[in-house]
Amino acid sequence: MEEETHTDAKIRAENGTGSSPRGPGCSLRHFACEQNLLSRPDGSASFLQGDTSVLAGVYGPAEVKVSKEIFNKATLEVILRPKIGLPGVAEKSRERLIRNTCEAVVLGTLHPRTSITVVLQVVSDAGSLLACCLNAACMALVDAGVPMRALFCGVACALDSDGTLVLDPTSKQEKEARAVLTFALDSVERKLLMSSTKGLYSDTERRYSKS
Amino acid sequence: MAAGFKTVEPLEYYRRFLKENCRPDGRELGEFRTTTVNIGSISTADGSALVKLGNTTVICGVKAEFAAPSTDAPDKGYVVPNVDLPPLCSSRFRSGPPGEEAQVASQFIADVIENSQIIQKEDLCISPGKLVWVLYCDLICLDYDGNILDACTFALLAALKNVQLPEVTINEETALAEVNLKKKSYLNIRTHPVATSFAVFDDTLLIVDPTGEEEHLATGTLTIVMDEEGKLCCLHKPGMFPPLQS
Repeated sequence: MEEETHTDAKIRAENGTGSSPRGPGCSLRHFACEQNLLSRPDGSASFLQGDTSVLAGVYGPAEVKVSKEIFNKATLEVILRPKIGLPGVAEKSRERLIRNTCEAVVLGTLHPRTSITVVLQVVSDAGSLLACCLNAACMALVDAGVPMRALFCGVACALDSDGTLVLDPTSKQEKEARAVLTFALDSVERKLLMSSTKGLYSDTERRYSKS
Repeated sequence: MAAGFKTVEPLEYYRRFLKENCRPDGRELGEFRTTTVNIGSISTADGSALVKLGNTTVICGVKAEFAAPSTDAPDKGYVVPNVDLPPLCSSRFRSGPPGEEAQVASQFIADVIENSQIIQKEDLCISPGKLVWVLYCDLICLDYDGNILDACTFALLAALKNVQLPEVTINEETALAEVNLKKKSYLNIRTHPVATSFAVFDDTLLIVDPTGEEEHLATGTLTIVMDEEGKLCCLHKPGMFPPLQS
């Protein structure tokens, strides 16, 4: 804990591969969001972060199967479909993370014995996929008009071997990084809702990346 | 009378204990349950371990088989974990394809193996491009009383330390592998990752090693995996309410 001053991690200005170069300080890729593009779901959104793109659709509050109903709040379900192949165990794990994040913000008690389903389809993956999925899910929930206590956003950062932090990494940066950390933050209290990490890193680096 | 109160208002019953900084089973907030490990109990497996964390029981069996390596990593073997939560361990699991909890646990163990570099995959190579070992690690929960992730990580580590692989030589003339069962060697375990799970109550209290009931009543859970050098291999915080800043 005393070594907090020793790690001197800097946020490095990164020249984006392909897309426009990133300026110093603000090192997120160009991001965009489009809502209400699908006609059948109650709410839909498409979130783009650089070349990573995720399409989300929300159905709800809708009828729920008796086996899944919860008497005092809404049942939230998240389905994540990868770009190619059948969904596997990794998708299930990500679905659980996204579902728990949504459950923390959605006011489920206003719609007991209903189901709210969030369906996410990966359109293209060029790094920071989980963060993009979280953002798309949030935008789609807003578009569907589901009552929420706060908005949330997902952000990914990569730690490379010399301790430099890169925000919103591309897939090349993720592969070369020593650790990739993804966080979900809420908009009202700026608190941490979810964190998922991959790779080896020390506790001080984690605290720095959270700040 | 206390049993009646516990059935009607389980959360309030729990809060009364937490106010006194203890838990219904008599533990402190930062105290772990008694842990027992039994190594090498499955004779048909190449390595095995049984871990009991209080009532939670997980058994891990490791079987080693031959496989052809993939073309983009010709000198790397494979470690394939699988966590099974059968109906035997708890009434909440049904028979059939693995449920969400089992899949999430399997992915968690795969992440721990990958991130902590517990085994260098190059150590599992017999002949680059032709033959490698694949270690199938099957973790089966026999009794579910909370904190399954810690128990699984521990059982996996203990079983991998117990694995003995026979010496394999490739015969140049026949190009077949010859296994020498009499000469066995242990795996080279590089790090010892240890998982610690916490349950978060009312956004203020952190309880270590939650039981099944505590997990159910908690507002959230948090699992941290660290190795001996104090590096974090995995921070699994699957949401619910924000934790306290630590």
